[in-house]
Amino acid sequence: MPINYYIFLSVALFCVGVAGVLTRRNAIIIFMCVELMLNSVNLLLVAFSKMQWHALGRGNPEAGINAQIFVFFIMVVAAAEVSVGLAIIVMMYRNTHSIDVNFLNRLKH
Amino acid sequence: MNITQVLFWFLSIAAILGAILMVISKNPVHSVLWLIVVFMAISGHYILLDAQFLAIVNLIVYAGAIMVLFLFVVMLMNLNTETEPQKNRWLKIAGVITGGSLLLVLVAALKRADLKNQLAEMNKGDIGLIHNLGISLFHDYVIPFEISSVLFLSAMVGVVVIGKKD
Repeated sequence: MPINYYIFLSVALFCVGVAGVLTRRNAIIIFMCVELMLNSVNLLLVAFSKMQWHALGRGNPEAGINAQIFVFFIMVVAAAEVSVGLAIIVMMYRNTHSIDVNFLNRLKH
Repeated sequence: MNITQVLFWFLSIAAILGAILMVISKNPVHSVLWLIVVFMAISGHYILLDAQFLAIVNLIVYAGAIMVLFLFVVMLMNLNTETEPQKNRWLKIAGVITGGSLLLVLVAALKRADLKNQLAEMNKGDIGLIHNLGISLFHDYVIPFEISSVLFLSAMVGVVVIGKKD
């Protein structure tokens, strides 16, 4: 499969995530859109790793393995990030009884 | 059109449709379920690209653990369509236009890139197997691996500190 298709698929998923962050006010949905953007980048990294393997694989059978390790670390960091982010959202709900992000604009005063 | 291409198009359409439905559905529980569909489709893409270990990790960590955590929080707060905060229509239109123009700019910039001969090789290669990834992880990436364990510990402590009642 040519690499173009994977690039356009990842760009489409990323832009859906961006549009979701900009259009929704529910903090949890915004957080889920951020996860979607992280995953689209992961997909692109894996596709690039197979592209690297195709380009260099004859002489170097390990080509492209770094990208997959990188994706693994992105997943690790995303798991830690989600736990902290959800704790913050739960605290926000406990204090304001709402998960509307616009409610937080009083932080600027 | 062989079976790999059919699967590629099916998974791509499933991923994009799931993402769009995740953004537009009013009920947060439905959003979480559509996002699980997207993650399943992305795992299918990983299997097509012979990244079997990442496919399984994606299923277990994202579709399993993280989305269950999201679902748990959504149900804990008893969110549904009635309590869903709504932006006004112009802000929504502005957000969609912004995302659409980002898509337009990126596609226009990447369309002319000369990538015709670069293939993402399918059905070949074993760099995605756990044996090879494990050797690389524990030879070349031991330090980041250990640092990520410290990251997890600090995240755990942080969650407990944030979640504690004053």
